[in-house]
Amino acid sequence: MTEAVPLRIEQHGEVTIASRIVGFARFLRDKGFPIGVHEGLDALRLVRTGDWRDADAVRLGLKALLCASDADWRRYDELFDAYWRRRGMRRMARIAGATSRRDKPTLAGSGEPGNRQQEADRLNRGDEDDLAAGGEGRQAGASTMETLYSTDLRHIHDPEEMALVYDLADRLARRLRYRMTRRHRIAARGRHLDLRKTIHRSIRHGGTPLQLAFRKRRVRPPRLVLLLDASGSMSQYSAFFIRFISGVVDRFRDAEAFIFHTRLIHLSDALKERDPVKAAERLDVMTMGWAGGTKIGESLATFNRQHAERVLNSRTIVVIVSDGYDTGEPEALAAQLARIQKRARRVVWLNPMIGWDGYEPVAGGMAAALPYTDLFAPAHNLESLAALEPYFAKL
Amino acid sequence: MEANRQILLKRLSAVGYVADSQLAMAVALMQQLRRPLLLEGEAGVGKTEVAKSLAAVLDAPLIRLQCYEGLDAQSAVYEWNYQRQLLAIKIWESEAVSAVEKEKHVFEEEFLLERPLLKAIKAETETVLLIDEVDRADEEFEAYLLEVLSDFQISIPEIGTIAARTIPLVVLTSNGTRELSDALRRRCLYHYVDYPAIDKELRIINTRMPGIEQHLAGQIAGFVSALRREDLVKKPGVAETLDWAAALVGLDIRDLRDAPEAVHESLMCLLKTREDSEAVSLEVVERLAGKVA
Repeated sequence: MTEAVPLRIEQHGEVTIASRIVGFARFLRDKGFPIGVHEGLDALRLVRTGDWRDADAVRLGLKALLCASDADWRRYDELFDAYWRRRGMRRMARIAGATSRRDKPTLAGSGEPGNRQQEADRLNRGDEDDLAAGGEGRQAGASTMETLYSTDLRHIHDPEEMALVYDLADRLARRLRYRMTRRHRIAARGRHLDLRKTIHRSIRHGGTPLQLAFRKRRVRPPRLVLLLDASGSMSQYSAFFIRFISGVVDRFRDAEAFIFHTRLIHLSDALKERDPVKAAERLDVMTMGWAGGTKIGESLATFNRQHAERVLNSRTIVVIVSDGYDTGEPEALAAQLARIQKRARRVVWLNPMIGWDGYEPVAGGMAAALPYTDLFAPAHNLESLAALEPYFAKL
Repeated sequence: MEANRQILLKRLSAVGYVADSQLAMAVALMQQLRRPLLLEGEAGVGKTEVAKSLAAVLDAPLIRLQCYEGLDAQSAVYEWNYQRQLLAIKIWESEAVSAVEKEKHVFEEEFLLERPLLKAIKAETETVLLIDEVDRADEEFEAYLLEVLSDFQISIPEIGTIAARTIPLVVLTSNGTRELSDALRRRCLYHYVDYPAIDKELRIINTRMPGIEQHLAGQIAGFVSALRREDLVKKPGVAETLDWAAALVGLDIRDLRDAPEAVHESLMCLLKTREDSEAVSLEVVERLAGKVA
């Protein structure tokens, strides 16, 4: 056993091993690894008692200590090399094939960054008075709200109106989330006896169970999986849906979100971003460079292959938001959707085009998908989104 | 440390578990830092085996808590023996003892049924506590578990707080059907158990079936590895590989190319869904067998 090396943080201005270890822990934490004070201390302990010159041992030991999921596991080696050997990091986004150059992000409808900052401020304040005050100069108050509720989202371009709609979408999402996660308790009278409590009470009566206690029943909240079509034809609606989805997924632990166009991307991390503007930016970065026609069938196949096992169970509600325009095989779409329907509780397909006059689901993809959906509903304005609430609350 | 790890690898191999140095490091850290170990991976890769083998190597009793949906903290820790309690109450009915006395007597340790968590805490010698499939239990149970794993003490309202006499080595496994809480992940050391590479799987086959013909063993490892790369609904795990190897030996098949029909029929050991059985036809079997010959 080699002698223990004194590990003081600073020694005559030299950077010692201990400070590098702490720096590494901090480096990983910035990259999203859940590392707290205890992990840092244990990392130091590890290095102090082991042979820190054995780089392999240090690598393996810190891997076991500092990783917390298979996503961390996969990123660790590259990050270890980047930090300790100063090798460059090649990619930020974990999307096969896509480049990750940050370009000027765009939000459907709004233009300059200045505008967006104001909008972000307004939204973050989330005060209805502020918004109403912002709407001064036009018809303020309830009537504007009502009109906005029924206006098709693709016709809204005015930034102030859009801000209003965003806020309403937020509230809708929060209400939906509340309805879905509320748990029912039937305390006084239930179907199952709580034997333990009953016996406790029976002691008072010499062992005779005179007072029965019933077990509280809890209805487990359903799980939500959202698949959003991000293709060009949907772009007029995407921003709103992202907003809506953010509101539902935020702090709703059992919700997962994906977007697809030519391929499928797992979104939930990007959406956990608190600032909705930043969330939309991250999404734009991830979806940039997506050319070509929508491949719904293939995207669903990717979902089934990589994620279904983990996220689908008998309590899951799958919500697909898409206009159904597909350049792939309709049979493939149908087959993949059938698989999803078999494993999930409900499959809901939201198509903004249903709200358009004269729309009929005759396009190949949409028609093929129809028999495998439990609910086929419009989603072109806030009214239609609000109409979903009772359906979801009942599930 | 290095020496310890090598010894651990040898001992694990001796009890039938083929580990890599990463896992050996995780186990060594478990003992040194006294943190639980979280093992994640697909079903059938050998997560539960790690705990069993560790218990065998350390010659410690294995205490197993199998998690399921609806498992509540109580059932994992203790249960009162209601029948005995009621009986005792009845027997004491005529005794001239106060109700308070009766109540005290009825809640003594002799009426307590110990469940895995309590057993692990009260053990006199070091134990290995396996909390299997922790993702099946719900968030409340996880929170309670976290508390127990931090303090290693359990409070029973009627008796008091019981502190651990020895700290068990805790191994948690998860199939990834539910996202575990950050707090639990942070508390644990982490190890992802993946499907083994061909050479590792070959070593596993040789460890578990010593004496198997090397030519066949190599073919089996190669075949299963190639099969996992196909588009299957349910990929075969290590347990399935070993079943299949035993089946092939039992059927007296020396080379996969010799009897493709028999091999195809024996695939029921590896493929457990109708879709997969239909997808892997005789032609696919012949193709894969040809590749690994």
